[in-house]
Amino acid sequence: MTTVTPYRSTARDARDGFGPLLHAEWTKFRTVPGWVIGILVAVLATAGLGLLIGKSTTPSCSAQGPGGQQGPVQHGAACGGPIYARGPGGEPVRDEFYFVRQPLAGNGSITAQVTSLSGRLAEQGGGPAPSVLEPWSKAGIIIKDGTGQGSPYAAMMVTGGNGVRMQWNYTGDTAGLPGAVSAASPRWLRLTRDGGTITGYDSADGTHWTRVGTVTLAGLPSTVQAGLFVTSPQHYSYSASLGSGSVDDNPTQATAVLDHVSRAGTWPASAWTGDYVGGSASSGAGASPGPGANGYHQTAGRFTVTGSGDIAPLIAGALNDGPAITVRDYLLGSFAGLIAVAVVASMFMTAEYRRGLIRTTLAATPNRRRVLAAKATVIGAAAFVAGLAAAAGAVLLATYAAHGNGSSVFPEPWPAELRIIAGTAALIAVAAVFTLAVATIVRRSATAILIVIVTIVVPFVLSAPPGIPAGLTEWLLRITPAAAFALQQPAPQYYQVQASYIPSSGFFPLAPWTGFAVLCGWTALALVLASYLLRRRDA
Amino acid sequence: MTAPLALHAEWTKLRTVASTGWLLAGAAALTVAVGVLVDLASACPSTGCPADPAKVSLTGVQAGQAIVAIVAVLAVSSEYSTGMIRITLAAMPRRLTVLAAKATLAAGLVLAASAVAVLASVLAGRLILPGHGLTPALSLAQGPVLRAAAGSVLYLTLIALLSLGIATAVRESAVAIGLVLGLLYLFPVVTSVIGNQHWQRHLEQIAPMTAGLYVQATKGLKSLPLTPWQGLGVLALWAAGALTLGALVLRFRDA
Repeated sequence: MTTVTPYRSTARDARDGFGPLLHAEWTKFRTVPGWVIGILVAVLATAGLGLLIGKSTTPSCSAQGPGGQQGPVQHGAACGGPIYARGPGGEPVRDEFYFVRQPLAGNGSITAQVTSLSGRLAEQGGGPAPSVLEPWSKAGIIIKDGTGQGSPYAAMMVTGGNGVRMQWNYTGDTAGLPGAVSAASPRWLRLTRDGGTITGYDSADGTHWTRVGTVTLAGLPSTVQAGLFVTSPQHYSYSASLGSGSVDDNPTQATAVLDHVSRAGTWPASAWTGDYVGGSASSGAGASPGPGANGYHQTAGRFTVTGSGDIAPLIAGALNDGPAITVRDYLLGSFAGLIAVAVVASMFMTAEYRRGLIRTTLAATPNRRRVLAAKATVIGAAAFVAGLAAAAGAVLLATYAAHGNGSSVFPEPWPAELRIIAGTAALIAVAAVFTLAVATIVRRSATAILIVIVTIVVPFVLSAPPGIPAGLTEWLLRITPAAAFALQQPAPQYYQVQASYIPSSGFFPLAPWTGFAVLCGWTALALVLASYLLRRRDA
Repeated sequence: MTAPLALHAEWTKLRTVASTGWLLAGAAALTVAVGVLVDLASACPSTGCPADPAKVSLTGVQAGQAIVAIVAVLAVSSEYSTGMIRITLAAMPRRLTVLAAKATLAAGLVLAASAVAVLASVLAGRLILPGHGLTPALSLAQGPVLRAAAGSVLYLTLIALLSLGIATAVRESAVAIGLVLGLLYLFPVVTSVIGNQHWQRHLEQIAPMTAGLYVQATKGLKSLPLTPWQGLGVLALWAAGALTLGALVLRFRDA
């Protein structure tokens, strides 16, 4: 047996360059009616399902339908078009608290000692309300642009379970002294204003102060409102395991005692004013904080303040009083688009083998990697354009339909909305290239589609309640290509807001672009293997 | 007289293709593996457990059905992709007999494979779940558990018939598998965000996967939009519809 060196063409690879090769592959793609129809089906199915989802939204005022336990709670919003307050960064926020305030003209500071913080469930019909102190019940001092909801602020606070914090402009959060507050171990808080810059300090004894943070609030007027505040978020009781249980939410109320309130600077008003910011039922100054009432009570320099609500970003669909529907929900139809695109992408490769065209293709372009690259480029670009049209169409149609229903939709800041729509298109495009690579490896379209659907769609389906346990879901959505759905996450998770951050509410274990990188990694791996096999195997 | 011959011919075709055995074994393995993983990851708070042990141990069916679908799709579409269908129909001009033989064999094979997978899943659940607080231990002597197990086997068999019907209608394996898996997996995803309760309920009632899997429920039956057997009936209607469509296309369209 003599060794025969395999024949290798001595012709220069792809003399005409990559451009004509792309053109050839594009011609193959666009001249097969079934594939063009498949791409159109992807667009129409995604947009159509978006319209269906938008149409099916319920008006905000009847959101507490039969069996619905997570209808949005309205805060001073009229039925048919609730307006959510927006923070300085454009994000929707909840801004509801009891505010004991005075105007502060120019620079100055405010200091207070917090000696107790307690909480209970509000409005329990009859009987003493059970005492519940939420980990994120807040009491302390605040300097705020005004009493308008969503206006800039900076605050130093004692929390129910997270120690002393400095928070500002809804999303900012820095930790101060740890531990719970009590009469035996009080917490001293101080805010100092210098122009637009506010510095927070805390202390355990009122003598030794530690700087917690310095923040700059843009556009702060010269006269601001400053004073004491108390607020307490919803209490969630999960009767759940395996994501199939129900969630009850109840408003809570917190009461704090603030002592040794002192001020420096110019405080033109002679007395304190009590306001329930963002709330409907406010009690005037001097009202004693009885059951169900937010208010304050002053004895010399000692204030007892009761409040409920929260000063925090709204979390979409995650029970944080936000609207249940988000832009991401409109895009769940992109699963249909993804499947249709995957079918076309796999056939784009396997049809070459079916028809024997692969031999002509490879005779014309002996550099097989280039053929794979050209095919990947064409199908990726086509899928991206289709995905963009599908996602934009779905969001536009659904928004239109939901608006017609008078439904409350999570008001997405535009950069996030753009990321969700463009991300969906990118997800579909990379998934198409992934499918093409898998189809090159297995050469059978049915098997390729099966692999793609089992790795991209099934983990997501299994994560929907009542699905598989949360721990397993989290790992599935970290390591499978399905991680890329993190691109559709409608809002960031905030450590300082308690909510159910689960995949079915649109919260993924990975950050949006990290999740996308997981899909890209799998695709790169599949492409490398595909190009290796394409070169090594006979066609 | 032709029926046994058709059955024998189809059996020979299926049996002599390596992929049939691999895929069936894969379907059973995936079903059991996902079931065991979910069993191991399950946990219950000490204050009552809402989880349904039968349903938990049979979660793997939701993944295994994808491979079952591909077995059935390939039984038909590979004949079209290789041109074998013309020889088949020349040898057996009664096309509906061919389809009936294929459906019988695919259903029989899937029934056998899924019986193994379901029994193994229930056994795994019986051994693992009590240690995770999900009691009582599963036993086929309990009526609802037996129903859930037998129903799951029938569920997978009906998925095979549904896939076979769709594949006969569209012929192209890629399109068929896309349609079947889209039909199965898309409904639960979309239904989860439908805000209108009535629409949601109706969608749950007609979705082949959601309704069909009601047969696995042994707890909270009153809150289901359909009874377990009605749910499986919905899937049976889908399978019958797909097979009818496939039969019509096979009968009246050139191969």
